[in-house]
Amino acid sequence: MRRNLGRAIGPALFVLGAVVVALLPRFMGEFRLLQFTLVAVYVIALLGLNILTGYSGQISLGHGAFVGVGAYVTALLSLGRPGLELLQLDPPSWLPLGDGMTPIFTIPIAALVTGVLGLLIGIPALRLGGISLALATLALAVSFPILMKRYAEVTGGGGGINLNLPETPFGWDISTRHWLYYEAWVTAGILFILAWLLVRGRIGRAWRAIRDGEVAATSSGVNPALYKTFAFGVSAAYAGAAGALFAIEIAYVNPDTFPVALSILLLASAVIGGLGSLAGAVFGALLYEFLPIYSQEPPVGSFDFADQATPVVFGVFLIVIMLLLPGGVVSGIRRLWAFLVGALARRPSRQRA
Amino acid sequence: MAFPARAARFDLDVGPALRAAILGVGFLVAAVALLGLIGLVLTQTETGFTWAGYAQQIVSGLAQGAIFASLALALVLIYRATDVLNFAQGEMATFTTFIAWSLMNHMSYWPAFALTLVIAFVGGAAIERIIIRPVEHRPEIVIVIVTIGLLIALNGLSGWIWNPEIKAFDTPFSQGTTEIGGVVISYQDLGVLGVCLATVVLLWAFFRFTTLGLVMRAVANSQDASRLLGVRVGWMLALGWGLAAVLGAVAGMMAAPTLFLDPNLMLVVLIYSFAAAVLGGIDSPVGAVVGGLILGVLINILGTYVDFIGGELRLPAALVVLLLVLLVRPQGLFGHKVVRRV
Repeated sequence: MRRNLGRAIGPALFVLGAVVVALLPRFMGEFRLLQFTLVAVYVIALLGLNILTGYSGQISLGHGAFVGVGAYVTALLSLGRPGLELLQLDPPSWLPLGDGMTPIFTIPIAALVTGVLGLLIGIPALRLGGISLALATLALAVSFPILMKRYAEVTGGGGGINLNLPETPFGWDISTRHWLYYEAWVTAGILFILAWLLVRGRIGRAWRAIRDGEVAATSSGVNPALYKTFAFGVSAAYAGAAGALFAIEIAYVNPDTFPVALSILLLASAVIGGLGSLAGAVFGALLYEFLPIYSQEPPVGSFDFADQATPVVFGVFLIVIMLLLPGGVVSGIRRLWAFLVGALARRPSRQRA
Repeated sequence: MAFPARAARFDLDVGPALRAAILGVGFLVAAVALLGLIGLVLTQTETGFTWAGYAQQIVSGLAQGAIFASLALALVLIYRATDVLNFAQGEMATFTTFIAWSLMNHMSYWPAFALTLVIAFVGGAAIERIIIRPVEHRPEIVIVIVTIGLLIALNGLSGWIWNPEIKAFDTPFSQGTTEIGGVVISYQDLGVLGVCLATVVLLWAFFRFTTLGLVMRAVANSQDASRLLGVRVGWMLALGWGLAAVLGAVAGMMAAPTLFLDPNLMLVVLIYSFAAAVLGGIDSPVGAVVGGLILGVLINILGTYVDFIGGELRLPAALVVLLLVLLVRPQGLFGHKVVRRV
């Protein structure tokens, strides 16, 4: 009975989270709403990173670049060739751009493109071991803005590309911002469930086996190279989907939106939120969106923090979490929960005695 | 546990010194021959190609490569001792370069240089003692993430303390150029090459000829055996981090005059140094230095003579070349194949 109750906690929390997400817009203005919309985008990116780092034990310092690729794919496809020519851009004729798509349908395409890109980078890098993967992904993060600026005839260079904010469809009586908010969170919810299905099954078990002991996993018949490459592809696809949503929400893409810092801070958020737990992605995303805001203007006290305070706080957070609470925020909450449950369970027994 | 399997590839009956000499000379001959061959190809494809200009590119490539080599050596030093890549190595170097910049407002170049090295040494050792020590026996990924946290924090801290604007950094070398056999070489390049290589040689002598160096090599080889022999392993690791920080500081101060000083000074240098270390074989100090020099020359030649690559695509191009080399020889040029046992 207790066991079954424990199993129900995950889905129950998911439903609770969904209710909170559904009700949240009633309590906030348009700007806050945009911030929480972006939280959904980061949840998706961090789910991908968590699959990679938390479940299969690899490190990517280049997921910001995958987010960027996804964003550009959506920007190009949703405008299409006519839209791009209107912006004085001149994409080469072999690019299959089409005549402009409904933005939301570009999300799976962006995920597919980044997934394949991830596999292409992952296959040689993983063959050479973890160090090469870190090197390759870090180099990707550094190269991405450079490449986007260089091929300005497709990407608009440093000026970026402006998109149109989509209209609310089906004649619904909500503002565009509200529509985008729900669109982002429904996508995040679907991808969360997909990740959960992936992680709890055979593939997830293989990933965890590799993470906890590659040699032992190999001798149990798990092919590490195959599963690691697959994990990298899946996580790149998640990052691409996040990037696609990001482009739709912000309606603007620019090379400098996806700097190296994005990649590194995403990894930091994933770790602080909690590796090896999908819920960690939600905490990480909240942290990624709101920590910069509060570390520049702390709600209490009157410190005069500079912009540069954000990375310092992130870095120190990351180190302290690794030293004291390696499971991140999620494991902290779990411990607190276990402590409270324990305290509650003890009290009645004492009364009886 | 990982054991380097040292296969006896040379069965000639010669001492290790002679063998190293033969290898070194052979490598040098091969490098010169390869560069000559590339030059010959370029005489056909490039209009206005001159051998003097080509040699000039090689020398400035070597100077750049010496900076990569220093930082790569720092990475290898820590990797050999603790099996972990220190992602914060570049940011540690940037931070110490900022310290040098502040010191130089109060004193002349070389005293500031020396004082910076001392501060770097103490700082590096302190980081090992305070931050790395508590996670020493945890899984590799934990230590790597801690160094990434250090990277983020130090990067932000140098921007916070010294503000992120780009700063000019003094150079101790005179501005002019000299001509050797028709090849124009700047004193800056010569000076950078000299200082970096001198640091590397000093470090090699330290490891080769002093007892402390011997003890540190013992720790890198087997921590448990060293501990049984009475070596204070923890302090030796801290010493290693200190020396690595010194190497990084030298690299940072040599890179800053040409790249200009800002919080991201060493980020790209770190990637090249990574690549150099991997190219040379991640557990080989000689490999790190040779890899750094090769990479420096390679990106200079690619950037100058291949129009498609130009100044911007050097980094991706260099990495593609690296990847191709590694697919043929996964352990790098001088690395050892690692045999894993359960």
